[in-house]
Amino acid sequence: MTTTMPGAPGVRESAPSPDKPPRVKRGGGGVMSSTGLYIATGTAGFLFLVPFYLLIRNALSTDADITGENWKFFPTDIQWGNISELFTDETVPFAQSMWNSAVVATLHTTGVLLVCSLAGYGLARIPYKHANKVFYAVLGTLMVPTAVTFVPSFVLVSSLGWVDTYRGLIIPGLFSGFTCFLFRQYFLGFPKELEEAARVDGLGYWGAYWRIVVPNSLNFFAAMATITFINGWNSFLWPLVIGQSPDAWTVQVALSNYMTNQTVVFHIIFMATAFSILPLVFVFLFLQRWLVQGIAQTGIKG
Amino acid sequence: MSTTETRELARPAAAKASPAKPRRALRGSPTVNFWLFTGPFLIGLTVFVYAPILWSLYLSFFEARFTVTPDKFVGLENYTYMLTNDDFVGSLVTFTAFAAFIVPTTWALSLGLALLVNRLRFMRAFFRSVFFLPTACSYVAASLIWKMSIFSGVRFGLMNTVLDWFGIDNIAWLVDPNPPWYWVVIVSARLWLQSGFYMILFIAALQNIPGELYEAAAIDGAKPGWQTFRYITLPQLRATSTAVVLLLLVAAYQAFDEFYNLLSKTTWGRPPLVELYYKALGESQDYGAGSAGAVVLTVLICAVTLLQGRFMGFGRGEESK
Repeated sequence: MTTTMPGAPGVRESAPSPDKPPRVKRGGGGVMSSTGLYIATGTAGFLFLVPFYLLIRNALSTDADITGENWKFFPTDIQWGNISELFTDETVPFAQSMWNSAVVATLHTTGVLLVCSLAGYGLARIPYKHANKVFYAVLGTLMVPTAVTFVPSFVLVSSLGWVDTYRGLIIPGLFSGFTCFLFRQYFLGFPKELEEAARVDGLGYWGAYWRIVVPNSLNFFAAMATITFINGWNSFLWPLVIGQSPDAWTVQVALSNYMTNQTVVFHIIFMATAFSILPLVFVFLFLQRWLVQGIAQTGIKG
Repeated sequence: MSTTETRELARPAAAKASPAKPRRALRGSPTVNFWLFTGPFLIGLTVFVYAPILWSLYLSFFEARFTVTPDKFVGLENYTYMLTNDDFVGSLVTFTAFAAFIVPTTWALSLGLALLVNRLRFMRAFFRSVFFLPTACSYVAASLIWKMSIFSGVRFGLMNTVLDWFGIDNIAWLVDPNPPWYWVVIVSARLWLQSGFYMILFIAALQNIPGELYEAAAIDGAKPGWQTFRYITLPQLRATSTAVVLLLLVAAYQAFDEFYNLLSKTTWGRPPLVELYYKALGESQDYGAGSAGAVVLTVLICAVTLLQGRFMGFGRGEESK
């Protein structure tokens, strides 16, 4: 894409880099600058991968290898047994916390998509006198970071008796003004003709939404689902406040507890971290298309 | 009286419009549908977002220790307490400095990565994935790797091992606030976690810049490299940059996860949210003061956001919509 055409030096240059001043004339020195480019990118890429390397190395080592006198680049023997040790460890209910995270993240994603997409569609497409006022009420919540209100939220949830429950972990997080806003922006750009055709065929708003709008917006839904799932899986402050008993810990809270435990067993801790990241790595590998699309869309619109 | 009359008048009129299908009229009514679609969300928003905000405001004017239904009105006492509390004010100041540093740094790094990746001809998808992959990690997982392995204060931590190769003594990265090495840990973790995400935004924006602009610039004699970057690329990225800076700013003030985990037993280096967490949910359970702090923090975030919007020309991007 950035190949320089002979006779048109640098014309197709779509993104000149600031850290490489044009010392090299683009016409003849393409090799030079692209070597530099790959060295820079390669170095950065290497640094970005170091934490992953450490994670895997530590997860598959013995503690003796990790804390030994000399730095070991790879474990002497790969310790697959660490996996079963992690799941039979009694001190932290890790398997339970993985399950909790899976349930919470899945229901969180389903709920957010359902509630926020409906509201976004209503705000974007259904004519109503006070729709603008309602929209401003939604926008207003974006100014107040939800994290700031965690104290009264916690009080509210605990007075409902939802501490240590899935309800308490999931429901308060469903009403995301930002997601609703993004859906509204998306539906504003949805082709009106499709809905009008549905109306002519005798469908109401509800029918048109489920039979025409949603099936034609699956890409956007997938993108939002991916991002929402990642956020749900990774969120920490709210599960920390709500999950008081170990049975209600999500995986992030469990990891945090490993760090503050009295006894530190390195290979267990790192194996736990590796497992906590694993589902999202799958999401990244298989759903990256939607994810990238989703981020690009939300970023540009937001 | 008159209302009944109009209603009686209106009813046959409505019936005339759809004589055989009253249900159909209900189904087609925009107002009913509006509330059908937005109702669940708005109810939730009221209960779980607006109610806590208002309650928080209410609590901040009362003495509320160990209780959320206080009866002792204290006016602005909680506010004066929080605003003269060295820990809280200190953390606000520190985190303004932190935001002033981390926001431009992350902005520059993610833009730099985007420019690099965007120029690649081979292995572009590979490198994009490499830089993007840390987004999959939670702050907790990253904190763990940083604390237990990279910046572990003991001999076998990666950084101390590397320093050792050069004959430099071990550094207690996270234990001692003097000198404040812990910022190195926090900043590097944050850069690693966030840059890839914003890089994706910048790549998308870079690909939206029309190629003709660069052609025109070349004809006008702009040198490729710094000049085109300064006068074409950067202005074209203005809308994205504004959005990125905005998101980064809010994220910086809301920092919690990594501080809570990296500096778990310290009394220093606490961001505002961690201060509030310990104030309100810690031993003193001082909901009043905690809420006052939350209000102060919210006002500060709003002010900084608006200021930044003014400064970077928020709303100028509106035209492109």
